[in-house]
Amino acid sequence: MRIRRKETKIQEGDLTPMIDMTFQLIAFFMVLINFTQTEQLEGIYLPTAALAKPPEGPMETPITLHVDRQGLVTIGGQQVDLNGLVPHLINEVNVLVIRKKSPSDATIIIRADRRVPAGKVQDVIRVCQENRFDRFVLRVLQSTD
Amino acid sequence: MKFRHTASQLDEKIELQMTPMIDIVFQLLVFFIMTFKIVAQEGDFNIRMPLASAGGVPDETQLPPMKLYLTADSQGELQWPIVLNEQSFDSFPALTQYLIGLLGTESGPGSARESAEVELHFDANLRYEYVVKAIDAVSGQLDPQTGRIVELVPKIRFAPQTAGG
Repeated sequence: MRIRRKETKIQEGDLTPMIDMTFQLIAFFMVLINFTQTEQLEGIYLPTAALAKPPEGPMETPITLHVDRQGLVTIGGQQVDLNGLVPHLINEVNVLVIRKKSPSDATIIIRADRRVPAGKVQDVIRVCQENRFDRFVLRVLQSTD
Repeated sequence: MKFRHTASQLDEKIELQMTPMIDIVFQLLVFFIMTFKIVAQEGDFNIRMPLASAGGVPDETQLPPMKLYLTADSQGELQWPIVLNEQSFDSFPALTQYLIGLLGTESGPGSARESAEVELHFDANLRYEYVVKAIDAVSGQLDPQTGRIVELVPKIRFAPQTAGG
């Protein structure tokens, strides 16, 4: 008996649903991606508050101070104590003066750990005030409850 | 001249090469997944800390700031009650309700809400999160119906620190 040879065919899966899903995923991640420089610092847990307003836009001249649990301040990537903060602030004032601005035009963003004694935050504010800064914002996490 | 199409020519399907596209698409997908970062939404509280020298002539129409006292135990935990205008409160919502009663519901220009100011007095060892909770309580409340923020006291400042506090 002679067996007739079958024609071999390549089975092709339908790729359309997979491509659809993949494009949807890409679109999702593209929409949510945020390339802005986050000012976060590991190890600092911000306090939560329901009424804190998200910044309405980028601030003109923000200076971010991270205050950790021990009260040490991180400015420009350097961790300093209260005395060490003064030269950094003088530096910031000089930069502002070169740009024909005053310290009052700058906003000090305080990102303090929720466990730090509040007196340490107050000390940081006092040192900033001594260097003629007077605009402060306290950064917190927004809680949903 | 007449071109004759053979049956085999008509049946032929032109197939797009999908493999390079899928390669690129997956590469993009992996890139976005790797760079994706879930960040909790952050917000700000503005605090008023005018310079001591910038005081000038005090505004006669300005009401004196209400003083809110927060005390801490040796561990830095908040000790209840908290005191505002010599009234004691056992919770932050009670403080908010008191302020709503005191300042009324009007929030337009010239209203009590617009000119109200709270000065926070707290012990130096009090944990910062309690100070933020107090600011949260005095700065307003969320409207339960609309979910929007209703401002209460727009001006908040820290009292100068006292020695040994």
